[in-house]
Amino acid sequence: MKRIITAVVQNRSGVLNRVTGLMQKRQFNIDSISVGRTESDGISKMTLVVDVEDNQKLEQLTKQLNKQIDVLKVSDITDKAIVARELALIKVVSTSQLRSEIQGIIEPFRASIIDVSKDSLAIQVTGKPDKIEALIDLLRPYGIKELARTGLTAFLRGHQPQASELASFSLLK
Amino acid sequence: MKVEAKPTQNTDMKPKTGADLLVQTLIEEKVETIFGYPGGAVLPIYDALYRAKDSFQHILTRHEQGAIHAAEGYARVSGKPGVVIATSGPGATNLITGIADAMMDSLPLVVFTGQVARGVIGTDAFQEADVMGLTTPITKQNYQVQSISDLPRIVKEAFHIASTGRPGPVVVDIPKDISANPCEDTYDNSFHLPGYQPTTKPSPLQIKKLSDAIAKSEKPIILAGAGVLFAKATENLIGFAEKHDLPVTTTLLGLGSFPGNHKLSLGMAGMHGTYTANMALYECDLLINIGARFDDRLTGNLQHFAPNATVAHIDIDPAEIGKNVSTQIPIVADANEALIQLVNHAKESPNHYEWHNTLNARKVDYPLWYNNPQSEMIPQWVMEAVHKVTKGEAIITTDVGQHQMWAAQYYTFNKPNRWVTSGGLGTMGFGFPAAIGAQLAEPDSTVVAVVGDGGFQMTLQELSVLQERGLPVKVIIVNNGALGMVRQWQESFYDKRYSESLLSVQPDFVKLADSYDIKGMKIETQEDLINVLPEVFAYDGPMVLDCRVLQQENVYPMIAPGKGLHEMIGVKP
Repeated sequence: MKRIITAVVQNRSGVLNRVTGLMQKRQFNIDSISVGRTESDGISKMTLVVDVEDNQKLEQLTKQLNKQIDVLKVSDITDKAIVARELALIKVVSTSQLRSEIQGIIEPFRASIIDVSKDSLAIQVTGKPDKIEALIDLLRPYGIKELARTGLTAFLRGHQPQASELASFSLLK
Repeated sequence: MKVEAKPTQNTDMKPKTGADLLVQTLIEEKVETIFGYPGGAVLPIYDALYRAKDSFQHILTRHEQGAIHAAEGYARVSGKPGVVIATSGPGATNLITGIADAMMDSLPLVVFTGQVARGVIGTDAFQEADVMGLTTPITKQNYQVQSISDLPRIVKEAFHIASTGRPGPVVVDIPKDISANPCEDTYDNSFHLPGYQPTTKPSPLQIKKLSDAIAKSEKPIILAGAGVLFAKATENLIGFAEKHDLPVTTTLLGLGSFPGNHKLSLGMAGMHGTYTANMALYECDLLINIGARFDDRLTGNLQHFAPNATVAHIDIDPAEIGKNVSTQIPIVADANEALIQLVNHAKESPNHYEWHNTLNARKVDYPLWYNNPQSEMIPQWVMEAVHKVTKGEAIITTDVGQHQMWAAQYYTFNKPNRWVTSGGLGTMGFGFPAAIGAQLAEPDSTVVAVVGDGGFQMTLQELSVLQERGLPVKVIIVNNGALGMVRQWQESFYDKRYSESLLSVQPDFVKLADSYDIKGMKIETQEDLINVLPEVFAYDGPMVLDCRVLQQENVYPMIAPGKGLHEMIGVKP
């Protein structure tokens, strides 16, 4: 099962290595990982999308992450109310004749063209991973020359539904 | 051209360097003993140590691996962090085995490695190795010092992290220009580790849950691991077990955490544990794990591990709880704190007469056993003989393999911190240097290095240190001319195809000892050993005993790989 896990870490050299190293050592599969600074000085946040077999493995993963000295807080936010976004840059083969056709495809996705050349277009799209997947699928017939994705980043919404409304996952049940 | 040596500078005049700052911090941390080996990148540090040589004893081992295993032995016996210094590149890579060993067995170490100067890091400079990359997966934490003003803080953090919570090794990589350059007299060394706040007090709710479970249990058992030793909780463990009439088994590393001769003791559990202990783990309805990590050599096949038990697990490392065995009562705490709470919990618990009767009957009917034809030197008998002469009070260190299991089985440990062995990583060559560290930690105790002929040859260069320091370590080589455990597995599981496990050429260990000016003896009969042992332990100096034991002897009883606790083979018929 896919889980979205965030880790707040000290912004110190070697932290990313420690985190990815432990994932590899304990045989966890990283789907995507994105890291960046936060509102606080010296603090970064990692958003990991991982594929874990079961709850026991998931618990082990969050515990192992928590154990790292430079990791301040680990949350599994998969089942919370969250905003999660990813950005993708897609370079599509396109002659001038096809441009408006492609424009028509990407418009409902609120994607934008950020670069145009004689025979290609670069498209920027932001959204949940499945939305990005959908756009990629639509563009594939035109010929994708290059694709770059940032990986998911996410945080909790300002308002969380009451606990009773959630099928929440507890570490200690 | 004539080169004139400049007169040496007055040391007081020299500006203070990063190395001096390091040394000053080590003094503040009350370090007394340092194990190390100099080299290019740590020359400034060794120069600073030279200036401060009255503050420390520095033990120059003859290989960096010897230094780090000695530091492990020191840490295991003293409870204080072992301190190691090695140079960059090969110096650092030679430490890797020991760092991994300390990580697996939770030993507090602070390891300083030299590094090439900051300006050339990453250029494949002479004796450069990526120490951070190499040590990240096998350290509790590691640092590369990037600025001299960080050095004192990092060293303080390193000692704090190594010795608190679940102990472990911490590496501090110091570029040569950091240690060589002049610096200010002092820097702010205060630190704050928001991501590292080990929980030591148990949750009262979980303690109550466990107390209730004990009150209901008919077949309870305590499994005591090395966490009890790190928490210095032996006394409270005895109190708790006695109050609730609970039988106690220990892991390999937990030997000595509960007296082996106590009436509630079932002996060691696991692959070569006692039949009684393993069957008790199999049949129990409540398993109270205190400071053990359910290693596979303990549990055997997990499907058959305590299948009917409620599992309670007390551990200071939350990540150990539920890792291998699903746990109903998790208690994250220091073992001693948890035991104090448990002892104070007023609840009376029933006597477990029936359970104890079963266990006691098994202790009598299926004890550890071996055939003892007096014409041969039987290794198990050697261990018992050593136990007798040392009154069970010696510190025993071992490598890994047959001799380790025999020492664990037949040298009954009745006190904590007498047992120094490589459990998790299973490192050959560990025992002898570890004995050096143990002896330095406790100069007045009897220290016996029980080693195999294979493992001893991996680190025997440290005989120089015994001689140089006059350490009265007694080395007992359980010499069967083979890599015994490998040979045993080949006999049992590979149709006696002894592939590369028989050592047909051996040095003459007596002459070898002699060449270091150490007394050596070759012992070939039981009578010889009985005659010589009192003399050996009365002698106030190092000694090497080459005990020629029966090669074909195997370690039993045993849980074969993949089998469950209840499927022991080689139990006394």
